[in-house]
Amino acid sequence: MMKFKTPKKGRIRRELEKRAPRIVETGRKTLILQGMKTSGLLNSVLTEIYHLKKESSVRYTRKNDNVRPFESGGETSLEFFSQKTDCSTFVFGSHSKKRPDNLIIGRMYDHHIYDLVEVGVENFKSMESFVYDKKLAPKMGSKPFIAFIGEGFESVEELKHLKEVLLELFRGEVVENLNLAGVDRAYVCTALSSNRVVFTHCALRLKKSGTIVPRMELVEVGPSMDLVLRRHRLPNDGLRKEAMKTAADKPKKKEKNVGRDVIQGKIGKVYIPDQQLGDMNLPNKAKGVKRERREAKMNKQANGHAPKKQKGGSN
Amino acid sequence: MEEARTMQVDLGNLMAFDSGHHFPSLPSSREELIEKCLEKGTELVQAVADALFNLPSTEDVDGPIVKLPPPTTKLPREKHLPKPKPPTKWELFAKAKGIKNRKKDKVVYDEQTGTWKRRYGYDRVNDDRDVPILEAKATDEVGSDPFAERRAEKKKRVEKQNKNRMQNLKQVVKAHALPSHIQLAATALPITGTQAAPKKVSKDELGNVAGLAATATASGGKFDKKLPGEKKPKHEQKHRKFLPVAEGKGQGSKEKEQTDRVLNKLLAKNSHEILNVDKAVSMYKVKKEKKRSKQKRDDSSNSSKLKPQKKVQKKPFKKGSAKKGSEKKGKSK
Repeated sequence: MMKFKTPKKGRIRRELEKRAPRIVETGRKTLILQGMKTSGLLNSVLTEIYHLKKESSVRYTRKNDNVRPFESGGETSLEFFSQKTDCSTFVFGSHSKKRPDNLIIGRMYDHHIYDLVEVGVENFKSMESFVYDKKLAPKMGSKPFIAFIGEGFESVEELKHLKEVLLELFRGEVVENLNLAGVDRAYVCTALSSNRVVFTHCALRLKKSGTIVPRMELVEVGPSMDLVLRRHRLPNDGLRKEAMKTAADKPKKKEKNVGRDVIQGKIGKVYIPDQQLGDMNLPNKAKGVKRERREAKMNKQANGHAPKKQKGGSN
Repeated sequence: MEEARTMQVDLGNLMAFDSGHHFPSLPSSREELIEKCLEKGTELVQAVADALFNLPSTEDVDGPIVKLPPPTTKLPREKHLPKPKPPTKWELFAKAKGIKNRKKDKVVYDEQTGTWKRRYGYDRVNDDRDVPILEAKATDEVGSDPFAERRAEKKKRVEKQNKNRMQNLKQVVKAHALPSHIQLAATALPITGTQAAPKKVSKDELGNVAGLAATATASGGKFDKKLPGEKKPKHEQKHRKFLPVAEGKGQGSKEKEQTDRVLNKLLAKNSHEILNVDKAVSMYKVKKEKKRSKQKRDDSSNSSKLKPQKKVQKKPFKKGSAKKGSEKKGKSK
C-alpha cells in the first residue's frame, strides 16, 4: 500500500520546498568525496576546493568503495548521495597506480549523472605555501572573476567541456545584484597544451586609476595546480536538450490590457470595478480605533440623533 | 584590436575568455609560467571590470550595488523545469460550471456569543464543543443523540475530503508534478523472502478464472449451466484457418500465392547452386585454353584433323611427359 506523507513540522516542509525544482536556478551545491584510496596531495586538493566553496558544498570524509562514476553500476551510491545532500555537482578524488591523483568532476541532472570530466592533479601548491598580505585574503562566498586563456578551450572538445565544468564549479551563486566593494577574487585557467590546464586562485587588489574603473592587480593566494585531462563523458543529445531547457523557451503569455502606440508608447487600460458604497464600512465602525474612543463617539452621536443599537460584548 | 576580437566577456558570470591567445614559447620554469598566466589573467579581469564598473550603480551603505545582466553562457539545468499541476476534480467542475472563487472574510460574526470569531481553526465559529444547546427539529427521532450525529457528520465530511485529496494527489503523481514536501511512501514494505502483498483481483480476472474452472468436467464444460458472471474460458491457442483449395479470384488465388512464395524462397536460398558464376567462368576459360593448346599442337605436328590419329599421338605424348618428370626427379637427386 502507498500513502502520501507530508512533513509534520514547518521547518522540514520549508527545507523540502527549497529543494523543489525552480524555474530560474541560482547555483549548484557541490559534493566533495573520495574513493577507497587517496593520496595526501589529493586530500589537500579536496579540502582546499571545499574551502574555496564552503558556502555551497558538502564534504564527505569517509572512504567510499562503490563510487566509480565512469563505470556502470558505480554511480548508484553517488546518485543517492546527491539526492540526500541536494548536491548537483560532485568532485570525486581517487588515487591508483594507473591514474595517480585522479579527480573526477561531474554534474548531475535530476540526481542522475549528466556529464563527467576526469583530470589528474600535478604541480599542486596549497594555500598555506603562499605568502601574501592577509588583508587581501578573499572573503567566503564572494563572487569570483573567472578568466580562461588559450585557444584550446575553444578548439579542443575535451577542454571546452572542462571549461564549462570549471565555470559551473567555481562561478558561485548566480546573482542579480552585486556589491562592487565585495569583488575580491579571481580564478585563472590557462590551457597550455591540448590536455593540460593551469589553474590558480588569486586575490584582487583594486588600485586607483583616476577613472571609475579601478586598476586590477592579481595576487596569487592559491591553491594552484595543473589539471591533466584523462577521460571525459559528454551527455547524450536527448539529455542535453532536456537539461538545456529554460523557462524563456516557453511561449510568453499574451499581455492583457496593454497596447502600444507610436507616439505615446506603452498604453495600459485600467478597469475600475463598481464602487459599492452601500456595503462600505463607516469610518466610526473601524476596528482599528480604540474601543473606548469608539464607544464615546457613538454615545455622542446617540445623544444627538436617534439611539443606535450597540454591539454585543459590552455586557 | 585582434585580441579584442577573440575576447569574450560574460558579465553575468564575471567570466572572460580569450581564445586567441597562445604563448609564443612555453617558459621553462614554473614561476615564469605562472607569472605569464597572471599577466594575461589580469588583462582579462580588467576587461570584465571595465564593463562591470561602468554599469549603472546605486549607492548602498555597504558599497555601490550594480545590477548584473543574466549570464550568456548556456549551462545545463540542475533539475527539470517545474511541471504544471493537473487541475483537481473540483477545479475541473468549477471551470465547467463557470464557478469562480470568492474571497471570504477570515472572521465571521458568531450569533451565539455575539462576537467575531475565526471561520476556521482554533476558537472558530460554530465549533461543536462550543454549542451547548441544539434546537430540536421535527425530523429528530426519539432516542438519537443530536450531538453525536453532528460529530459523526463532521467526521464523515473530513473523511470524504481526505478521499478526494488522495484521488487528486494520485493524478498529480501521474503527471510527475508532486510538490516536494509531499512524498509517496509505502506504508508496509514487503519483507524479503515473503510473498508480495496480495493484489486486489479485478472482477474481470475473477470471471476468467471461474470460466476456466468450469471447464474441468468430462465434457469440458460444454453441457454445464453457466453461473451469473461466469465467462467463457479464454481461447489460449491460435485459431487455425485454411485457405480454399479451389482456384479463383481474391481468396482463391491466395493458396497459389502462398505456395509460390514458399517455392521462391526455396529457390532463392539454393540459387547459388544452380548457377555458380565463378565456376562457370573458370570452366569456360579452361575450355578455351584447351582449345587453343589443341590448335597449337595440331599446327606443330602438321597432322590432319583425323580423330584416331590424335588418339594415337596423345598416348606417347603423355608417356613422354611422365618420363620427363621422372628424369627431373633423378636430376634433382
